[in-house]
Amino acid sequence: MIHVRQLIKRFGPKVVLNKLAFDVSEGEFVALIGPNGAGKTTLLRILSSLAKPSLGEVSVAGFHLPGQAASVRQRLGVVSHLPLLYGDLSAAENLQFYGRMYHVSALDQRVKEVLQLVGLSHRAGDLVRTFSRGMQQRLAIGRAILHNPQVLLLDEPHTGLDQDACDMLDGVLRDVAVTGRTVVMTSHDFVRAQNLASRFDVLSRGKIVASTPANALSADGLQAFYRQSLEQA
Amino acid sequence: MKPAAKPSFVKAMLAVVWKDLTAELRSREVFSAMLIFALLVVLIFNFALELEAGTRASVTSGVLWVTFTFAGTIGLNRSMAQEKDRGCMDGLLMAPVDRSAIYLGKVIGNLLFMFAVEVVVIPLFSVLYNVNLLKPGLLLVVLLGSVGYSGIGTLLATMSVQTRTRDMLLPILLFPVVIPLVVAAVKASAGYLQALPMTDIQPWLTLLIVYDVIFLSVAWMVFDFVVEE
Repeated sequence: MIHVRQLIKRFGPKVVLNKLAFDVSEGEFVALIGPNGAGKTTLLRILSSLAKPSLGEVSVAGFHLPGQAASVRQRLGVVSHLPLLYGDLSAAENLQFYGRMYHVSALDQRVKEVLQLVGLSHRAGDLVRTFSRGMQQRLAIGRAILHNPQVLLLDEPHTGLDQDACDMLDGVLRDVAVTGRTVVMTSHDFVRAQNLASRFDVLSRGKIVASTPANALSADGLQAFYRQSLEQA
Repeated sequence: MKPAAKPSFVKAMLAVVWKDLTAELRSREVFSAMLIFALLVVLIFNFALELEAGTRASVTSGVLWVTFTFAGTIGLNRSMAQEKDRGCMDGLLMAPVDRSAIYLGKVIGNLLFMFAVEVVVIPLFSVLYNVNLLKPGLLLVVLLGSVGYSGIGTLLATMSVQTRTRDMLLPILLFPVVIPLVVAAVKASAGYLQALPMTDIQPWLTLLIVYDVIFLSVAWMVFDFVVEE
């Protein structure tokens, strides 16, 4: 579903992604972990067509980037640490707006379904600026899955959330994952990521330096695996 | 999971306009900032300039366009800052639509905000300066000037909003580019106020139309490159 080969991304003289190779199969939930500045967000921005690769081959859902970006965007949902929502629109209006931009059919019905899925039906008419950070993040997931994307990219979705909001978010993400979507999530929260992901990839200095199935290691084992991977990189 | 069809250009553009208007009707953030600024400029010039009847027609067109230009800059900055601050611009850019539809949607939204301010300012201006601005020819000049200003302003605001110094950068980028537009608008407006023959006004009207066509076309074509990282 996602295929990356020899990906290089430079910002001026700084090489952020260095001949990176990365593959994700259909239906997989991959957690990308790594230290700050490893290139996780840059990789997700390239996969979401917001940034162009300097060199290398990138394809999502069988379409190449950046050449077939519009086709990729139709099949992609993105949740970043910013909500990408309009504070002066209600929850339902935000979804209606994005639904129009994605040409979602039977939009009113779909908006209701999504609001129910993310547990915000009771706040459908309320302005987003009155929402807590956790509620905004749940709505952001709703926005990302509104058009039934095949691939979901999550950039540190737990950032800034309290424990209850994180638990609620995980519940939504599990519901999303069981529908067979391919998910790539960057995270610094190993325990939460381990409960969600089927595979861990460690990104360091612009390269995937190690990979392991999520169920192969305990929580402590994952920490040790992560540290060892960074030391060897 | 079958992907949805790509939305049409017009539907995407209208969705952006709908979003901007709905959000603005709630907050009135852009309109109120523009209007208060415009009213202050009009009042300050009214007290600062002791105008004789003879000079009034030539000076007021300049004051009018200074008001629209400065108020427009505030509106452009606020409108684009709302897209940037919560990451909404990324949300727009990730939609599977022609990006020029996003640009035109933002231009129409900004233009409507300018028109809303002009609808209030023009009658008030007429009363305070004792000149009749409600002339069809003059309103045409206001329309043409506002279209060109919103067109190029939206593009440059999209660029400046990416920077930390966006509030300062927009006027620095925008004012040199809109000099021909403002000069033509001032001259054409003065022509209508002084009841000059059409042969004197026509060259300025032509310049306004040519400016609008060229700069809207260029901005439409380059918007995709401007929003690329």
